[in-house]
Amino acid sequence: MNFKSIAILAALPALIAGSVYAQSSIKPAATETLRPLSDFAEIKDEKDRSVALFQEAGKVITHARCVNCHPASDRPLQGEDKHPHQPLVVRGSDGFGATGMRCTTCHGPTNVDHAHLPGHPLWHLAPIEMAWEGKKLGEICEQIKDGKRNGGKSLDQIVEHMAEDSLVGWGWQPDAGRSPAPGTQKEFGALIKAWAETGAVCPAS
Amino acid sequence: MTVKITVNGRAEAVEAELDTPLLWVIRDELGLTGTKFGCGVAQCGACTVFVNGQPRRSCVTPIGTIPDADITTIEGVSDKVAKAVQAAWTEIDVPQCGYCQSGQIMSAIALLSEIDKPSDRDIDLAMNGNVCRCCTYHRIRAAIHDASKRMEG
Repeated sequence: MNFKSIAILAALPALIAGSVYAQSSIKPAATETLRPLSDFAEIKDEKDRSVALFQEAGKVITHARCVNCHPASDRPLQGEDKHPHQPLVVRGSDGFGATGMRCTTCHGPTNVDHAHLPGHPLWHLAPIEMAWEGKKLGEICEQIKDGKRNGGKSLDQIVEHMAEDSLVGWGWQPDAGRSPAPGTQKEFGALIKAWAETGAVCPAS
Repeated sequence: MTVKITVNGRAEAVEAELDTPLLWVIRDELGLTGTKFGCGVAQCGACTVFVNGQPRRSCVTPIGTIPDADITTIEGVSDKVAKAVQAAWTEIDVPQCGYCQSGQIMSAIALLSEIDKPSDRDIDLAMNGNVCRCCTYHRIRAAIHDASKRMEG
């Protein structure tokens, strides 16, 4: 056996292990639900109700399906445990990756279940000013309302984004083996709308 | 189902299920075996081709998601950048076993087509999705710099 043959045989387990790692890292967690708006009617104080509504919506906002693409660094996260994206990829100047290694190098317009690969026509990272990773829910809430850190969106536009945006909606329609965000996008949108209508009050922490 | 694509400038109509990976259309239906199967889950880059001018991992590209696409495989690259990369790869003797090299070369051409003088950082970010089991990474980086210089001429 020559040297090159030995090198091939020696390296095969590493490649195979890489594939197994990619698949084993995305075991789904149990699907969570969101409480309906009617559950919050009994909270008489409007500010308290607003906070409670956002805390419920926070189950979605802090879920891996959302945080993984709102990372604090230039590198996205993946999996239920929010580990760094493998292979190493970065946000790039426009959120769609580095030159020569765009998100679209791997991510197509649809999920590819046999490869456990998520997909969407606009697959990309949130801008760095919209990073949620490592932040408390109250901090994220203030960030979402801050025009300098939310892409200049009004509160109405935030509600629309959360309730209607199709890339946000991917969070409830992930590829096979990946847990969806809690509830439905419609329920999540209703919580955010009710939060906005009650003054968009943020939790203290 | 009949799917129409253009591969290396030639119009093709192939019979395939819409979820068939592009890789298998290229290799099995069209007989272009320069593009390699490595991992099948977009973790190694051996299957890299160009779809409408941009690098794509063909193993995770269902043929039904790229109707009427313009595909370029390793057999079809021949422009100034490709020739510079080929010369650099030969001069520096980059490959060891060679299995990953068509994917490496496609990614290198994609990078140099957009950044003609890439930094080490540019190279690392563009190439780190291409795994080499012989660990020829240093020679790959040197060859990309070499190709960049050749493109000046």
